[in-house]
Amino acid sequence: MKPVSADTAKARWERDVLAPTLEKSPERAGPFTTISGRPIDRLYTSDDLPDLDLARDIGSPGEFPYTRGIHPTGYRGKLWTMRQFAGFGTPEETNERYKQLLRAGGTGLSVAFDLPTLMGRDPDHSLSLGEVGKCGVSIASLADMERLFEGISLSDITTSMTINSPAPMIFAMYLVVAEQQGADWKTLSGTIQNDILKEFIAQKEYIFPPRPSMRLITDIFRFCATDVPRWNTISVSGYHIREAGATALQELAFTLRDGIEYVQWGIDAGLDVDEFVPRMSFFFNAHSDFFEEIAKYRAARKIWARVMRERFGAKDERSLKLRFHSQTAGVSLTAQQPWNNVVRTALQALSAVLGGTNSLHTNSLDEALALPTAEAATLALRTQQVIAHESGVTNVVDPLGGSYFIERLTLDMEEGAYKYFDAIDRMGGMVAAVEQGFPQREIAEASYRFQQSVEKKDKTIVGVNGYVDANEAPFPILYIDDQASGRQLARLRGLRQTRDQARVTATLAALQEAARGADNTMYPLLECVRAYATVGEMCDALREVWGEYEEVPSI
Amino acid sequence: MRKIRVVIAKPGLDGHDRGAKVIARALRDAGMEVIYTGLRQTPEQIVGAALQEDADVIGLSILSGAHMHICPRVMELLVDKGLSHVRVLVGGIIPDVDVAKLRAMGIAGIFLPGTPMQAIVDFILQHVPPRAEVV
Repeated sequence: MKPVSADTAKARWERDVLAPTLEKSPERAGPFTTISGRPIDRLYTSDDLPDLDLARDIGSPGEFPYTRGIHPTGYRGKLWTMRQFAGFGTPEETNERYKQLLRAGGTGLSVAFDLPTLMGRDPDHSLSLGEVGKCGVSIASLADMERLFEGISLSDITTSMTINSPAPMIFAMYLVVAEQQGADWKTLSGTIQNDILKEFIAQKEYIFPPRPSMRLITDIFRFCATDVPRWNTISVSGYHIREAGATALQELAFTLRDGIEYVQWGIDAGLDVDEFVPRMSFFFNAHSDFFEEIAKYRAARKIWARVMRERFGAKDERSLKLRFHSQTAGVSLTAQQPWNNVVRTALQALSAVLGGTNSLHTNSLDEALALPTAEAATLALRTQQVIAHESGVTNVVDPLGGSYFIERLTLDMEEGAYKYFDAIDRMGGMVAAVEQGFPQREIAEASYRFQQSVEKKDKTIVGVNGYVDANEAPFPILYIDDQASGRQLARLRGLRQTRDQARVTATLAALQEAARGADNTMYPLLECVRAYATVGEMCDALREVWGEYEEVPSI
Repeated sequence: MRKIRVVIAKPGLDGHDRGAKVIARALRDAGMEVIYTGLRQTPEQIVGAALQEDADVIGLSILSGAHMHICPRVMELLVDKGLSHVRVLVGGIIPDVDVAKLRAMGIAGIFLPGTPMQAIVDFILQHVPPRAEVV
């Protein structure tokens, strides 16, 4: 017998109220979709959540599955860390910007390195031409790291460093500066991004092939478990995946699947899951589609908790709790009418806060044009302070929990992510999927679809394809000239003449020996750093052993 | 008439290839023959690709601020190789003060963030004279 379908409240409303209204006044043309292209209904009610189990799916703050947050008191206990990513030119220039951000009430530092540093090339390498100090600060050796943190006590702050392929080298430099300051490694805290998978997937700042790259990461897991136990060894990042054009769901799924891959490799390297997973953290994009973003963060916590418990048998509560940093979406900022970017950033930041972010970077209004001026960077920080202290949203934990719409979106995000996990598991894991180009292709498709929807004006971008101002005045920007490059080159020449070259050669040889065998590379790297070997020299030593990765170009 | 041939290249150390790939696809969808060089190409490699592919257009995607070093070198090499007819377009983050300098060195088109794909397609169609198929 066919079951009789109940005339639900929503069905009745659609028939009695909605239908006559639509006849008289139809809705706008739409499409009513998120920025990721997900269709959105006009109304969500309890009828849209037939499968929702309150205890299983939502729970309470500070309790498994942490959908409502990892802290029982939300932001009433501690506000998120306001961590502004900054770096440009010489170490001295960046040091000055850090001191200014700390004076303005920033509560953590976040280092942006220039492209040569990120790619493991010294300033005097031919590929570094025109790039030294442009997109971040130039750090070639321990001497530069000493200047970068001059007058800043590393035991009193936490530092996040956005560095991936050369993460072990830069981390070793940080540790040696801390040692010089007399700081105890055991109490030192901060984060290295150290997420190579998203580099292959999205940002493309890789050096070595995937498998030796993964080995460097598990070396750091092992090293930190004993030597720097409070350091966050990895920040598994969806930010760049999203910036490359992924949808919100793809960002969520690929990032968490990357996290799963690192956990698996850590276990395969002989670590116990609860020994290193508590020091893993995440990094998500705070994009423009307000509710979709909030659902993404809530789903992320829930999925991670379940996967750690069910797939890996984690027992330590800290392994189950997903902690994340977020950054507003650089890709959403427009070069046209730059002041509009302040509003975009504020809304994006609010979504991250409502989603329970543990740390946040707000972009500056001028970032589609250049690196931010000091004034723009301060306004970006003030945006967070206004949300924290004036909006009232920090009084209550997970204020949107229980919203029919948010809970539906959260469940759908979760389901979609598990589907991607299954597909990637079938390919043999994320390293294999990356080698096959799977996430890369998915993202390229999504980014092209989005661009087409902008061209067709299905999506309006204020000031770009709607509300255009033909007579915009030029906007004052930070112009980074080549002076920093000249100074860094001169210094590097000086360093190479004054350091103990025999010691450099010997420490680099020891590094290569560790790389060929199974010894942890962190210890020989620390010796290279103490001998003032450069980032380029350390990376070259490993290039000789492992070779370099080259992507097969495809469109 | 032969298809317009475009080499899309990412010079410098930067790996942010979203723009390059989206444009490459848009030009291909508009009926052009597109050769994407991939990442981290030197000016020598890019001009070499243009020569080998008999390109009408080179599109450079640069976001890192290295344009004032890369563009002059590409233009110089094009002259050396007898490829002055190749139109060079630059897309990316280019400060206003550099736009005039790039034009002065012979860059035909400069496309800043927010440029519609169609505007770049139209620009190429207007600026590249049709060529007969080589038999």
